[in-house]
Amino acid sequence: MSWYTKKLAKSIWVFHVSASPCNNCDIEILDLLTPKYDLERFGIKLVGSIRHADVLLVTGILNKKVAPRVKYIYEQAPKPIFVVGVGSCPASGTVFKGGYNYPSKVLSEISFDIYIPGCPPKPEAMIEGIMKLVEVLNA
Amino acid sequence: MNWWYIFYLLVFPGLLFTAILGLLVGWVDRKLSARVQFRVGPPILQNFYDFIKLLGKETIIVKDSIKSLFVLAPIVAFGVLVLVSTIIGVPLFFERGFNGDIFVVMYLLMIYSVMVIIGGGSTGNVYSSLGAGREIKLLLADELAFILICFVPIIKSGYVISLDGIVNAQSRVPFICSVSGVIAFVFGILCVQAKMALPPFHIPEAETEIVEGPFMEYSGPLLGYWKLNQYMMWVFYPFLLILLFLGGFRADGLGILWFILKYLGIVVLMVLIKNTNPRIRIDTAIKFFWRCAAPVAFVGVILAIYGV
Repeated sequence: MSWYTKKLAKSIWVFHVSASPCNNCDIEILDLLTPKYDLERFGIKLVGSIRHADVLLVTGILNKKVAPRVKYIYEQAPKPIFVVGVGSCPASGTVFKGGYNYPSKVLSEISFDIYIPGCPPKPEAMIEGIMKLVEVLNA
Repeated sequence: MNWWYIFYLLVFPGLLFTAILGLLVGWVDRKLSARVQFRVGPPILQNFYDFIKLLGKETIIVKDSIKSLFVLAPIVAFGVLVLVSTIIGVPLFFERGFNGDIFVVMYLLMIYSVMVIIGGGSTGNVYSSLGAGREIKLLLADELAFILICFVPIIKSGYVISLDGIVNAQSRVPFICSVSGVIAFVFGILCVQAKMALPPFHIPEAETEIVEGPFMEYSGPLLGYWKLNQYMMWVFYPFLLILLFLGGFRADGLGILWFILKYLGIVVLMVLIKNTNPRIRIDTAIKFFWRCAAPVAFVGVILAIYGV
């Protein structure tokens, strides 16, 4: 299995879920595909369908409306799938934590593998976070 | 039963050769596209990693789909493409063929499009069925021009309908050194672009619009087979163009280098067309093929009959 995960680490296809974000993180994620950062040199590319994905990239505050949808998408993905939370919102809940629509129960059912905190995180920080996922897969 | 046929089908011009060369040429496509966009691009074995990874993922059979068609479509399409690459490769490299194999190639290429339509239509997904419908329209658009273009080398070689006969007829002067040959070659590249569903004709699988269309619901090994099919087309379509217009392959010293140059030239030309053109609408594509490409190809056929 370790042989396979090493191959998986070299070709990570990412599906991007915008779970009610403020769009800051999404713009920074698209920066990763521009000539300056170019994540395709690591074999990472954005795909349009969850059935093709290896990583579920979640941005935004997972509130009561959207968290069941994220869980639904997670269940439709072919395993193995890894969940990465980008931004402070999935990591901590920021100012929305404790609000009436913050669903702590559904959140505990989606297991995030890596959080990349920041509001928004710099593209360099996102590359570092994804490389940490690659290191975990290679180990 | 001749054992050479199994070697042809499974190893040299067939399965193994086409799959490995296709994945490598797919890297050329991705790297060149990246360089055009001032990016670095993926490493050379990237497509092999992608394929191995897809083989190891879970396959999800969609609940609302017609399950037998959903599973069989990519596998039958793969078999069809292996057969096509064998039928094109054997006359090209070994100068052996049978009468009428050029028509067999045309029919098999049509069957591949039909498999895409069946695979996309069987999933029960809205985007997939939209993609399948667009594939039907694109097939209707490019088929007439493609067949007329294939007639030009047949007529110029003196009505020979086998691929090895067409290669032999070009032993002194390739068909591109004539007016009708140039016309047919130029529109042949555009037709191949449409048959491979590359930009500007990637209407059936428009990623930003209907998310890969017919392939949207596929996952795991079945998606891997679709991807492999797409990369295998990078091998035999340029081979077909070389065979029909550019004088084929000669096994003496300089001939091999010359063949590699011809092949890479066609691939680079197709990648550059792919990278410099935006996607056109389906009605524009049909208008282009029926009002521009097919009449011009017909003129090419008439010129070929008069020997120009």
